Amino acid sequence: MRKAEIVTAVILAILSLYLMWKSGEPPSWNPDIARFDNIWMIKGEGPGSGFWPFWLSFIMFLSTIWIAVNWFRKTSPMSVSDEPFLDAYGMKMLVQVGGGLFGFLALIHIIGFYGAMCVFLIYYLKFLGRHTMTVTLLISVLTPVVCFFFFDIAMRIVLPKGYLEPLFIPLYDIFL
Amino acid sequence: MEVISALADGVLVALQPVNLGLAILGVIVGLFVGAMPGLGSVNGVAILLPFTFVIQSFTGGATSPMIFLAAIYYGAMYGGAISSITLGIPGASTAVATTFDGRPMALSGKAHIALVTAALASFVGGTVSNIIFTAFAPALASVALDFGDPEIFALMLLAFATFVGLGGDDIPKTIFSICIGLVLATVGFDIVSGEPRLIFFDITGFSHGIRFLVLAIGVYGIGEMIWTINTSRYSSSMTQVDVSAKNIWLAIKEFKTAWRGTSIGSALGFFVGILPAAGATPGSLMSYGVTKLISKNPKEFGKGAIDGIAAPEAANNSASTGAMLPMMTLGIPGSPTTAVLLAGMVIWGLQPGPLLFTNQPDFVWPLIGSFYISNVVAVLINLAFIPVFLWMLRMPFTILAPMIFVLSLVGTFAAYLDMFDVWLMVIVGVAAFFLRILDYPLAPAVLAIVLGPIAEPKLRQSLLFSDGDFSIFFTRPIAGPITILAIILILLPLFKVIKNKMKAAS
Repeated sequence: MRKAEIVTAVILAILSLYLMWKSGEPPSWNPDIARFDNIWMIKGEGPGSGFWPFWLSFIMFLSTIWIAVNWFRKTSPMSVSDEPFLDAYGMKMLVQVGGGLFGFLALIHIIGFYGAMCVFLIYYLKFLGRHTMTVTLLISVLTPVVCFFFFDIAMRIVLPKGYLEPLFIPLYDIFL
Repeated sequence: MEVISALADGVLVALQPVNLGLAILGVIVGLFVGAMPGLGSVNGVAILLPFTFVIQSFTGGATSPMIFLAAIYYGAMYGGAISSITLGIPGASTAVATTFDGRPMALSGKAHIALVTAALASFVGGTVSNIIFTAFAPALASVALDFGDPEIFALMLLAFATFVGLGGDDIPKTIFSICIGLVLATVGFDIVSGEPRLIFFDITGFSHGIRFLVLAIGVYGIGEMIWTINTSRYSSSMTQVDVSAKNIWLAIKEFKTAWRGTSIGSALGFFVGILPAAGATPGSLMSYGVTKLISKNPKEFGKGAIDGIAAPEAANNSASTGAMLPMMTLGIPGSPTTAVLLAGMVIWGLQPGPLLFTNQPDFVWPLIGSFYISNVVAVLINLAFIPVFLWMLRMPFTILAPMIFVLSLVGTFAAYLDMFDVWLMVIVGVAAFFLRILDYPLAPAVLAIVLGPIAEPKLRQSLLFSDGDFSIFFTRPIAGPITILAIILILLPLFKVIKNKMKAAS
């Protein structure tokens, strides 16, 4: 954890500096305004548009330095912890679950929400949960069906269907 | 008298079939999310908030969706005890203290007494807090009507200061969490100047701002779930419970011996719940501590003392109503769950704050009425369906987790019809998981995202009014003391460090 604590503090410090830089950005339509002109009080207008995010990002930056000082002095629980940031189980779980989620997201663009939902549930229930094929198929098929009737049919909230769109047209003809 | 009449009208509206049905459904969902380890009231309301648009489209107003979400909140406070007692794993952080005595009592073969005590203490805590809420809320709202921009900003500052001074988490990490929440709330177009702000890498998805639901569902639907999988490793073992009618009746009779814990929890929980950053978890822990302190048999605590179950359970229910007080009267949420409820009110077209009581009595009083109804519904359902909840707790987490992931993704898309938001939500969730491992508190960030869009205009209006002079926050009669109190709270950890050093030196 000790190494992760300081690495995260450095990443968050860079993020804070980036946010400070970005907050001072002038609007593209007004080239006369210099960067960081908007982070101060403007006469007759009050604080500029960058005032609030810039100074908050500055406080964020200061707090990351504080975290680093605590790490150096070993005064925070994480700075003295010798536990791993993620053990072998945690790393494997993150790759499997996180990877599955990003796979789900990517699949939505190809086979739509319902198809991706079905694939994700089969992956999770069968390969991660090691459930029986009956349980897996029951949940993986029923969930998209219930969602379709709830969102597309009852609520008229059309979820993306990707290349599977033609398969849904007969269903629309029947139910809408 | 006026309050009683308004409350009676509100109760009648809350008893209308649609509202009563939603309260029952909300309580059942709440009991379930509260009971499932890894899920709490905030996960329940955040994941289900997009689905309340459906309720609104059918009922036409904001009252019914709010009754549904408030009932989830209520139910979750009851549900947390079920897994604390039978699994030894708190269903939510609010039920941590219930585990101290609930689990030993269950292991000694008296799980039915523990479950019934938890349910009845929750009911008493909920009822007492509802009565205090009804008495105080309209009065506080009428005082708050005099608040101007500096006063409201000072109150927001106080809300954040309590997180720093009393939150109990790592201070620089808490400050970081508050600030990043406030900064993320500024993404999009500045409402005062119309200038674009923080449009990262010129991605157009950021131009509409980072929506609250994206962050709330990311943190509580994805991040917390991954964190729970990592810590629980899908494992738990449940204690057998004999929940025959005879045993439940005997347990109800036994409850009268828990009067001390119930009374302390009900009173203390409410007032701790009002404080931002405090809420139900510290409320229940404090009530447990105080009850143990004044108990005639403090040595029984930790071994299955009935007061040790009653105190935290009465307190967490009482605190959940207490947290509603600043949200409803001042527009300042006292907990992450009330922050989601507040965001819901904004999405449904309401303006939270003191004017709510004068401008929207047809929303406020039915909601307060529903607190009473939900409380009764929750205790009845809890007692009647203990076996069903025990059966549901046996649902493997490997089924529950993917269903929650699916609900989170579908719910986020359905709310905004934008795949950018769904991607962002998952990225936020994974980032929240990493930060959670390193003890970065995420509740202040969620609160900040809700309060940010209110706090910034108030600060800017105040400074415009004072021509850039910050003394406006110190010189006004109401804003001044609040600001000074906020500063004291921010400096409180520093005082503690100095005190400890002086003690060590002497």
